[in-house]
Amino acid sequence: MMTNPTGQITQGQFSFLPDLSDAEIRMQIDYGLAKGYAWSIEYTDDPHPRNTYWEMFGMPMFDLQDAAGVMLELDSCRKTFPTHYIRLMAFDSTRGVESIAMSFIVNRPPSEPGFSLVRQEVQGRSIRYTVHGYASDNPEGKRY
Amino acid sequence: MNPSDSAISTEVTDLTGDTKKRYTAGVLKYRQMGYWQPDYQPVETDTICLFRITPQEGVDPVEAAAAVAGESSTATWTVVWTDRLTACDSYRAKAYRVEPVPGIPGQYFAWVAYDIILFEEGSIANITASLIGNVFSFKPLKAARLEDIRMPVALIKTFKGPPTGLVVERERLDKFGRPLLGATTKPKLGLSARNYGRVIYEGLKGGLDFMKDDENINSQPFMHWRDRFLYVMDAVNKASAATGEVKGSYLNVTGATMEDIYERAEFAKELGSVVIMLDLVIGWSAIQSMSNWARKNDMIVHMHRAGHGTYTRQKNHGVSFRVMAKWLRLAGVDHLHTGTAVGKLEGDPMTVQGYYNVCRDSYTKQDLPRGLFFDQDWADMKKVMPVASGGIHAGQMHQLIDLFGDDVILQFGGGTIGHPAGIQAGAVANRVALETIVKARNEGRDIKNEGPEILQKAAQFCTPLKQALETWKDVSFNYASTDTSDFATTPSVA
Repeated sequence: MMTNPTGQITQGQFSFLPDLSDAEIRMQIDYGLAKGYAWSIEYTDDPHPRNTYWEMFGMPMFDLQDAAGVMLELDSCRKTFPTHYIRLMAFDSTRGVESIAMSFIVNRPPSEPGFSLVRQEVQGRSIRYTVHGYASDNPEGKRY
Repeated sequence: MNPSDSAISTEVTDLTGDTKKRYTAGVLKYRQMGYWQPDYQPVETDTICLFRITPQEGVDPVEAAAAVAGESSTATWTVVWTDRLTACDSYRAKAYRVEPVPGIPGQYFAWVAYDIILFEEGSIANITASLIGNVFSFKPLKAARLEDIRMPVALIKTFKGPPTGLVVERERLDKFGRPLLGATTKPKLGLSARNYGRVIYEGLKGGLDFMKDDENINSQPFMHWRDRFLYVMDAVNKASAATGEVKGSYLNVTGATMEDIYERAEFAKELGSVVIMLDLVIGWSAIQSMSNWARKNDMIVHMHRAGHGTYTRQKNHGVSFRVMAKWLRLAGVDHLHTGTAVGKLEGDPMTVQGYYNVCRDSYTKQDLPRGLFFDQDWADMKKVMPVASGGIHAGQMHQLIDLFGDDVILQFGGGTIGHPAGIQAGAVANRVALETIVKARNEGRDIKNEGPEILQKAAQFCTPLKQALETWKDVSFNYASTDTSDFATTPSVA
């Protein structure tokens, strides 16, 4: 159990709120679609804060205009990876942005052990820090 | 033409066509020397400045405008024959339009165009030495203010701009679709480095993305800069492990000399900080040097606009902050304090929104109620993340997000550290308020009007938010702003 006030990893837009229901997730998807974003589903069992590239559950859904379609994909991802971290990401292709416009976690493992901080004492009073996931010593797929 | 316009005599008085008269030794009026060209059509590559001028009693406003053009380009007080050795028509700035300021007798707007040859490539020091140099002390003017500036793409492209920019900053931090949250460590002065790091750790672990040194935290007797950096980075890394998020704390590297600033920045880099902080008072050349350094070292640059109020706040004299924001975007900063509109520091809401546009637009459109006199093509220059800081609290979250959108850092210093249940609770209150309002807005709720109710509902599952709303429920800083648009009545947010 992590000791931060939420007891969980706080990445993404809505980690401090109660878990979003499917109906609430759909409203966020609709908001992104109305803005012209493309939704994508990504999953991982290595939620290290610097782990940029989670696995893609298929390609970003560029031509999909209906939240129901995204929800179907999400259901399928949740069935395949029930105890992984899963996030929804929205891509904005506008010139001058061309990046991620929304990102929030929609699935988590039942328990989140979090990370330790490994301190390597170096010269003087300096310390080199490594954030190390308690679960990450197990092989992929066997972490949660 | 309204009655006050008739007081302005705008006829062509230029003598430059008659070289004998123009170059006879002695003193001519500026409007006779070629600095008043009412027929001039600015070209794409010109820089255009809009000055607000208050001529001394009896000084013709057109002559005053021509004097501004003259004194900010080639003129001296008397005719000099050496002008004739040069392509002097290019070097003369040209005042081409003068209008009375609506509703303020005695003040005039003057439009002045500058040829591109007048400015060194990529140097804000050079631009400012011309445009806000001697001219602001010129005796025939009671006061002058540079209200806005349009710079040509050809000039913009000589600047590298923000070293990171708000898009890449978000990618590095892995934070999207919501404003970022910060807090300035308080009290500003007196904490030992170890105590200081405690505040950083509590704020970041509680849910903030950034903590921040204050502008006057450098290396005073109570806390040496190296001690501060070491304890702060311990807190940042510990909070990152505790939350699984990238965290940062703006390490203020401002020092007495460039050597000090570089030394402090190098140490921040060695310790793995994602961000350094500079105070505006270090000056344009120092800012551009540090921007280059940051680009080389993958560092975000946080700019605190310390001191700007001495020349931006009063409407009749100085430089508008919108001009400062444009120059700072070119000079190359990633974060810029741009006001809160609802907090403790000066700022009319629409005028403040104008500053935000200047930081974040790809193309800024003329927008007089927001104080923007010109279209400005930013030519794909990276965007600056505006920072709203000073006297704001969780109960204003809906107003802040309604005014400024997602691309902003909201900094709640007192509003975090002053929470009755402690710093972590303060951070939780702010983060929950933030996520609640973003979620509600995306769901289509009218956050401007329903915000208080939405926050109250969230407070039912979040005691820290409940306490914050209760503690600061009556706090607002609803004073009239001094720097407002001349073109619309501006609504108050409070």
